[in-house]
Amino acid sequence: MTTIAELPPGFVDKVLSAQSTFRSVMDAMARPGSVQRIVPMAGVPGPTMRGTAAIALTLFDHDTPLWLDARMAERSDVVKWLKFHTGAPVVQDSSIASFALISDGAALPPLERFALGTNEYPDRSTTVILQVESLDSGRSFELRGPGIDGVATLQASIRPFDLFERLRFNEALFPRGIDLVLVADDAVVAIPRTTRVVNKGS
Amino acid sequence: MNAPAYNFAYLDEQTKRMIRRAILKAIAIPGYQVPFASREMPMPYGWGTGGVQVTAAILGPQDVLKVIDQGSDDTTNAISIRKFFAKTAGVATTTATEDATVIQTRHRIPETSLHANQVLVYQVPIPEPLRFLEPRETETRRMHALAEYGLMHVKLYEDIARFGHIATAYAYPVKVNARYVMDPSPTPKFDNPKMDNCPALQLFGAGREKRIYAIPPYTQVVSLDFEDHPFEPYRFNAPCALCAAENSYLDEIVIDDKGGRMFVCSDTDYCEGRQAAGHHGSLSAAPYKEKAQEGSNG
Amino acid sequence: MYVAVKGGERAIENAHRLLANARRGDQSVSEVTLDQISEQLGLAVDRVMSEGSLYDRELAALAIKQARGDLIEAIFLVRAFRATLPRFGASEPVDTGAMRVQRRVSATFKDIPGGQILGPTFDYTHRLLDPSLGQGFVPEVPATAEASTAPTPRVTDILGRDGLIESSPRAEDGASVGDLTREPLNFPADRDLRLQNLARGDEGFLLAMGYSTQRGYGRNHPFVGEIRFGEVEVEFFAEDVGFAVPLGSIELTECQMVNQFKGSATEAPCFTRGYGLAFGQSERKTMSMALVDRALRARELGEDAVAPAQDEEFVMSHSDNVQATGFVEHLKLPHYVDFQSELGLLRKLRKEFAEANAPDAMKEAAE
Repeated sequence: MTTIAELPPGFVDKVLSAQSTFRSVMDAMARPGSVQRIVPMAGVPGPTMRGTAAIALTLFDHDTPLWLDARMAERSDVVKWLKFHTGAPVVQDSSIASFALISDGAALPPLERFALGTNEYPDRSTTVILQVESLDSGRSFELRGPGIDGVATLQASIRPFDLFERLRFNEALFPRGIDLVLVADDAVVAIPRTTRVVNKGS
Repeated sequence: MNAPAYNFAYLDEQTKRMIRRAILKAIAIPGYQVPFASREMPMPYGWGTGGVQVTAAILGPQDVLKVIDQGSDDTTNAISIRKFFAKTAGVATTTATEDATVIQTRHRIPETSLHANQVLVYQVPIPEPLRFLEPRETETRRMHALAEYGLMHVKLYEDIARFGHIATAYAYPVKVNARYVMDPSPTPKFDNPKMDNCPALQLFGAGREKRIYAIPPYTQVVSLDFEDHPFEPYRFNAPCALCAAENSYLDEIVIDDKGGRMFVCSDTDYCEGRQAAGHHGSLSAAPYKEKAQEGSNG
Repeated sequence: MYVAVKGGERAIENAHRLLANARRGDQSVSEVTLDQISEQLGLAVDRVMSEGSLYDRELAALAIKQARGDLIEAIFLVRAFRATLPRFGASEPVDTGAMRVQRRVSATFKDIPGGQILGPTFDYTHRLLDPSLGQGFVPEVPATAEASTAPTPRVTDILGRDGLIESSPRAEDGASVGDLTREPLNFPADRDLRLQNLARGDEGFLLAMGYSTQRGYGRNHPFVGEIRFGEVEVEFFAEDVGFAVPLGSIELTECQMVNQFKGSATEAPCFTRGYGLAFGQSERKTMSMALVDRALRARELGEDAVAPAQDEEFVMSHSDNVQATGFVEHLKLPHYVDFQSELGLLRKLRKEFAEANAPDAMKEAAE
């Protein structure tokens, strides 16, 4: 049983750390494929990476239903830390989640199970935060779309291996869709629903 | 009495989180207007509260802020907003377009090309480009959902039938990333081409109407037109009287009551920069300096 | 030689100094105190608290003083301050049935349990300017009596017992109450949000809207079931301790309108409700609000929404005087960039018009 006193801490400076983290995530979302760094430090419970913890502290609160994958959800220290520092309600139904935290990419549920928004309100969709092994080595991907000057390349080691094939459903769904944030330690890459990703092999 | 105590950049953290989430969705869906729970700001609705909330949500201590209104850093509302952030966030401010990391603007896009380390924040009065064709939000939302923009084309076509031209000179509608029709805010249509494939991130905040929208960098932005009536940016055909610029948007200044007029750059930073670099127009007052101290009062 | 106008910053500072001086007025006249405003301009304070959505007499009095008596400006000051306050949650619903009533009138029944209580009212005063108020007037001591402990049940509850009026629509248990200051408004809006919008809405706007329903634009045959004004207790359910904690008492005015009945093949006809509630003593506001609330219920009551007061998007989008004044007054900000663009286009169109008509004009001249 973890008490509040034993929980890993949140940000030391809530205001400026949240601002700095947000700018990294905003730049990542505005420039898909670019690797942004998260500078502020916070406690990292269980399988939570530094970047994920900082994003949670920056964007989650009472108004953002949160879905956790099994590996996160079964860790009471993770759930308590999130609850204590962000107040975000953890939900079982992924289709109403504002955010989803995925620590085990191999067990990523079908993306259709998350909120995809509606044609009238496409913003009411889940932002999926997926922890990956690496965002600077691994297979090469080519990215095109808004935010990218021509073509961007991303080298990443990601599970599930067919992540970007699955993400292709965004094309037909638009303006509905899933926005993805990849985290590897303190590195962040965003793949919004407008980005088209092609596998270039290893 | 409850004495007021204000947070960094004025807004409380819960409000910032809400606005930040809206900004991320706005970037992910270029040109789509994300509803947000706009707060009452200490300045009136219609005076830049949307832009101010967006700026407050993104601004950090390392930022350098520029605020312009009508292209000028020295118009009263621009000064008022710049002072607000200098006071509440302690950020450095500048008038130099190049040096700014965040530029909040009303009605203009700077003449100096923006770069990738910049965010341009627009103040937006009426974010809905279809509003004057259809006043109901329920209807316009449906039109955007279905990408049903025929009404807009009919309006533009009626202009042509009546005037021989598309009779929209500012807030000229654009299509973003080949999907959403978007209001660029009341910028002159001269500025529309600057939005296309721009290296900087463009964020739009409408406080009273409670909407945030965005154009990511390097995104296609096309001004609506017809093949036989292509979009034409308007510029008065004269060089700036102060810096002789041939390609900047000009303000018309009435200098007497006998029909005397002069035309000068609306972008004061651009104009001053050119004058400092030795460009002089027909009426330039070099070296550029402030008007005499006693010359101004409330 | 031309030099662009600079020095805006100094101009702003000077303007603010002028404002401070104009606000103070002739300094040989003694300065008005917040107590004086709160005590002697109490209805202005009530309005600022209601439309400012903040129950704080002292702050409202300060806002009125700072705004030089411009109530919409004062409401704006209070709203801007309110927006920075932390939100702990929603109070328990106040029980207006248990109100310590200072005034209570019904137009539907001659006598009611608890009685008709006129209280402090302009009603039946002759509107003759009273010069004695300008000369240190000391009012007569009013008649007083022991506060009655007799219950004052709401007239609508009395009608409700016999099923003569529709039951007040109840929210589902545990349903959260909407808050349009925290979440963006979408249409169609539920009644909680509509009532919140109306409670914050401009008194003059609601008065005109309510009046329009009386003149036939969405007529709904209103009767004042009851207006009551007095003190109620406010309680907040504290999760930590597990029970409702009293926060104090506030003054409220409540208006319950009883409106034309509806009925159908399956439902017995009954009266319908319109509701108004405001801080302090605000009868005009609550009556107008009740009329407009009833008009806005057209959709749920199966009526054709054809009049302006029945149009939810129209009413809710234009009721807020802080929004309205901001946007109307923003027209005095510089617009010369867009105006220049418009001017350029107009000159071009006029030139083309002149050219197109020139040959005809010359022909006419030659004839």
